[in-house]
Amino acid sequence: MTTLNSILVLVATFLAVFWEAAFDGIRHFLGAQIDLLPALMVYASLCCGLATMTAVAVIGGLLFDTLSANPLGITILPLFVCGFVLYSQRELVLRNQLFAQAVIGLAASAIVPLLTVLLLLTCSTAPLLGWGSLWQWLVMALGGAMATPVIFQFFELFDRALNYRRTAETSFRPDREIRRGRK
Amino acid sequence: MIRRPHYLALILVVFLALVLLNLPGHAVMRLKLAIGSVFVPLLGLSNSSHQLAGEASERLLPRSELLKENETLRREQQQHRFESLQTEETARENARLRQLLGWEQKAPWKLKLAKIILREPANWWRTVQIDLGSRDGVRVDLPVLTPAGLVGRTSAVSLTRSQVVLVGDRSCKVAAIIENETRDAGIVEAAGPLDNSLLTLSYISKDAILKPGQRVVTSGLGGIFPKGIPIGKIVDSRQVEYGLYTEARVQMAANPGALEEVWVLMP
Repeated sequence: MTTLNSILVLVATFLAVFWEAAFDGIRHFLGAQIDLLPALMVYASLCCGLATMTAVAVIGGLLFDTLSANPLGITILPLFVCGFVLYSQRELVLRNQLFAQAVIGLAASAIVPLLTVLLLLTCSTAPLLGWGSLWQWLVMALGGAMATPVIFQFFELFDRALNYRRTAETSFRPDREIRRGRK
Repeated sequence: MIRRPHYLALILVVFLALVLLNLPGHAVMRLKLAIGSVFVPLLGLSNSSHQLAGEASERLLPRSELLKENETLRREQQQHRFESLQTEETARENARLRQLLGWEQKAPWKLKLAKIILREPANWWRTVQIDLGSRDGVRVDLPVLTPAGLVGRTSAVSLTRSQVVLVGDRSCKVAAIIENETRDAGIVEAAGPLDNSLLTLSYISKDAILKPGQRVVTSGLGGIFPKGIPIGKIVDSRQVEYGLYTEARVQMAANPGALEEVWVLMP
């Protein structure tokens, strides 16, 4: 993971928050806006370092709360908790498998809004909740599940285009070369 | 495997979140404004792309369509002129009568047009951001409306933009009256998270006679919204709290899902 990758992840975080606030098309059709931050958090925690993962949680959370009526800083904790758990178990996760990416994206996109709402309720604010919120939660979770593999593919594409590839080690060893014919 | 730097990061993030959540209101507001300014270049970009798309679609419209639209608008304008003449006469009469009775004169509304630049990214609030700020004279708790009806009120104001909390959010309750024979009063509040054009009108008298289609307007109580702004129309009603009072569902007059431009009622 290079510095360029980390910068790209942070730029993507910034653009994701702006997209959520500027484009309302999905909300018109499905009644809920999809949150891309949990999907980005999954990518950052599985493919980036601790510093990048923490930066995505803090910067993403702050930007989201700035454009929202949320109390400032409330989204940081759910994002970080989700990223921290994944980061600590990253050796056990098949991060290159599309299905694994989608399942982890689904879980993260379901847990982050749930934790945020729980925190909002403990902060004695009154978010708009009802039976319809279950549908919104489902849309957010499924949207996140679909977005996670796309984000992985997107960053892989960038990685291939912008970074040097590691040369593959060959099994050839000059000291074990069988020389044929007469000297 | 959790190592020492991981715990350090966890402690730092939790500490930062706790500090931010415990900041006083005005500090949070300033911080939000400062962080929000990073979106200004993207807002400009988004605005110009919308303009370009609009111009492109205008060029694609056939001439016959434009002429037809022009004719319709001309007719509407003539109709509005007659209505305006009639309204002016009524206003003069109203002013004379107020003078005779010794009542305070009603000041005409000062309205400022604002564009919706951003919408709420979270699903549990109903807010939008407009392109008018304190430099345009906007302040907190000013009514925001469309020609169709009430939209909400300004809840936070920065130099160049303001946050508008829409009617239907938990933090925007409006005192309202129903335009029926008994002019029953109630409070308009949020209905549910999915359909943002439906509101609940609560605390109506249990004896109120409500019919679908009756208009609901602001009552002027509370000091934020002036009297008579249309809010919506009654859809249905039911007795709640063991018949203690009536509750009605109200279809908003303004469509909050299709808002592009709104008017801020200036002080």
